[in-house]
Amino acid sequence: MSTYRAPLKDMQFVLRELAGLDDVSALPGWEEVNAELVDAVLGEAAKFAREVLDPLNREGDRTGSRLENGKVTVPPGFDEAYGKFIAAGWNGLSGQPQYGGQGLPHIVSLPVQEMWNSANMAFCLCAMLTSGVLEALRIHGSGPQQATFLPRLTSGEWTGTMNLTEPQAGSDLSAVRTQAVREGDHYRIRGTKIFITWGEHDMSGNIVHLVLARTPDAPEGVKGISLFIVPKYLVNADGTPGERNDVKCVSIEHKLGIHASPTCVLSYGEEKGAIGYLVGAENRGLEYMFTMMNHARLAVGVEGVAIAERAYQHALEYAKTRVQGRAIGQRSGDRVSIIHHPDVRRMLMSMRAQTEAMRAVAYVAAAALDKAKRHPDGKERHRQQALIDLLTPVAKGWCTEQAVEIASTGIQIHGGMGFIEETGAAQYLRDARITTIYEGTTGIQANDLIGRKVAFEKGATAFAVITDMRALDAPLAKAGGEFELMRGNLKQAIDGLEAATRWLVETYPTDANVASAVAVPYLKLFGTVAGGSLMARAALIARAKLGEPDADHEFCRAKLATARFYAEHILPRAPALAREITHGASSILAIEPERF
Amino acid sequence: MKVLVTVKRVIDPYVKVRVKSDGSGVETANVKMTMNPFCEIGVEQAVRMKEAGVVSEIVAVSVGVQQCQETLRTAMAMGADRGILVETGVEVQPLAVAKVLQKIVEKEQPKLVIMGKQAIDDDANQSGQMLAALLNWPQSAFTSSITVNGDAADVTREIDGGLEKLTIRLPAVVTTDLRLNEPRYVTLPNIMKAKKKPLEVVKPDALGVDVTPRLKTLKVEEPPKRSAGVKVADVKELVAKLKNEARVI
Repeated sequence: MSTYRAPLKDMQFVLRELAGLDDVSALPGWEEVNAELVDAVLGEAAKFAREVLDPLNREGDRTGSRLENGKVTVPPGFDEAYGKFIAAGWNGLSGQPQYGGQGLPHIVSLPVQEMWNSANMAFCLCAMLTSGVLEALRIHGSGPQQATFLPRLTSGEWTGTMNLTEPQAGSDLSAVRTQAVREGDHYRIRGTKIFITWGEHDMSGNIVHLVLARTPDAPEGVKGISLFIVPKYLVNADGTPGERNDVKCVSIEHKLGIHASPTCVLSYGEEKGAIGYLVGAENRGLEYMFTMMNHARLAVGVEGVAIAERAYQHALEYAKTRVQGRAIGQRSGDRVSIIHHPDVRRMLMSMRAQTEAMRAVAYVAAAALDKAKRHPDGKERHRQQALIDLLTPVAKGWCTEQAVEIASTGIQIHGGMGFIEETGAAQYLRDARITTIYEGTTGIQANDLIGRKVAFEKGATAFAVITDMRALDAPLAKAGGEFELMRGNLKQAIDGLEAATRWLVETYPTDANVASAVAVPYLKLFGTVAGGSLMARAALIARAKLGEPDADHEFCRAKLATARFYAEHILPRAPALAREITHGASSILAIEPERF
Repeated sequence: MKVLVTVKRVIDPYVKVRVKSDGSGVETANVKMTMNPFCEIGVEQAVRMKEAGVVSEIVAVSVGVQQCQETLRTAMAMGADRGILVETGVEVQPLAVAKVLQKIVEKEQPKLVIMGKQAIDDDANQSGQMLAALLNWPQSAFTSSITVNGDAADVTREIDGGLEKLTIRLPAVVTTDLRLNEPRYVTLPNIMKAKKKPLEVVKPDALGVDVTPRLKTLKVEEPPKRSAGVKVADVKELVAKLKNEARVI
């Protein structure tokens, strides 16, 4: 069984060289976020992930959370680990200073989240949901609501949940039926919510449910949904948890993965009706939910990076220790560990190269999110906002789709042992499998990308990103023969992305249906090329650093090799995807639904 | 009372240590470094004593390269009030460290010095004892418990075959063993606060100490690779092999 080691060197490289940590440090309010501070934070987080969270991951998967008489029991050790997690102040990493948070930028919180997720994804979903509630109340909560809930949610003393889904309202939230009836200064909430992550547990003093519901006279559809705070325990005047609210966990789901995370069916108002407090104005609930979508979707993208990294580390350890067969071409002599076999190396390299590219895309997106928030120049804020809007579905959809492929490759490296649960490789695939689904499926992300992000603005931001990518051509040409193949493959990949983008911009306004049919291939194409372009940049930087005596030469050589692998083995997928998009949409819709 | 704790920057225990190709030492360039675990126990002890109201100020000291400042920041994030780095680029050896610390102790006048019993890099296990000798102070090495009572401290030492309980006069030098405590996880707010705590940098020259190495490393090499085992036919053969080949009986 492997132990998680945070890939600190790669994280630091990506933060400094690709995502522009210095640019974020230069933003107002983040002056003290320098490389030393980030190293200290990442170093301690790495230790906590390795020593506290990682050892609970297997047991959490095996035991899972259980429901008995309305009470959820979390796996052994989780309660204590959560106590340590909040005592160490990690929950408040990006929280606002006036509520006890540290106010650190996304560029710092994202690598830390990656560590938590690599070590124990099911565990850290709890904190992730809390941060979603925090973000929603920070933007849309009233003064008294903020004063009551934000300090305790920031510390993690209380946790939060998001209640969107109902049996008939999944990806289509306009079908929400939960009722909210006004009663003086509050509402009575009645209805059933499903898929509520960490919806019930005893790890925190209170659970703050954010619930989407309809008031009796609300208009039909998405414009008739309001957002409510429904605390598990009503809050006393002195801020302490008081009487139990009318919300019950009636069952928890039996899932493919993230077993430790209790996914609850919550029943509201079986007795008098649960007491809920309106957030903002009536009928604007969905709009409020969307304001934190970028943030939450990027966080799920990072889960993809995290699981891919963990699956890679697990497979790598097995490949180094499992002795099987002789090296190819050798008839006698010692048997070797399977890492000596070229096909195993191919698989390891593909896991590693893609994970590094995904990390680069995710961290660059985090930097854009920070700049969009705080850049002093309004034009630049606007540019960064457009960039993060474009990159969010890519980071979410592409990183998670790749994570599933990578975790699957991890199993393949283990051979038959990978199919056996005790080996541990299967858990990563099972856990990864949810990431392409929740917080908007890959299909939803891709439709968001081609519709609201690319076609809506006639490809303006996408073409700007493509122009930035093309700027690498000259330095790659200058860097010499070693980079020729990378340069050629990158150029073809960018050509493909440009052609596909042009096709989408032309097709979408006249036939959105046909464009949507190839939305997912376009999302994958975008991710593949964005990752390839960042890997090429990383390669150029690594090459330059090899000329510096104090640089980490071993790391730089490995980065160069990994970037070469990406250019030679992953980037060639791009022209194929582009052709699939520009010449393959109609066959997808060739058989009508009734003929299936 | 004031406590001085010493912290050494060493290779992270989770890193696979590699010998330099020329055999002159181990590779430390671009290797993840951390606080020596025994020093961490020392800092933790000082912090617990401060939390218990026994200690009023904790000064962390490190001797070594500029990057030891990071190690001092960690000590301050754990709870030390300020840091002193005695900065030098040369390899620091136990006696030099003890002499540097002697000067710092003379200046700072702590009532107690807590040190790791040894550092996990060279495992020398000497600086604490040397410092006590130079200061002519009582010492308690390999300490697994410590309780201060006025001008004395009751300590338990881990010795061969058992535990030794002693009362030592203060000021004294105490070196920590593994079982003294389990260091806490540094909290995020304290990492942020540690940035603002004072950190003083001095050179050994300014203290009047010559830290030039007196010991010369001849050669460093990897331990021999473990060779494959053999199966023995009976106890007689086993005994013979232990006696003649392994020469352990």
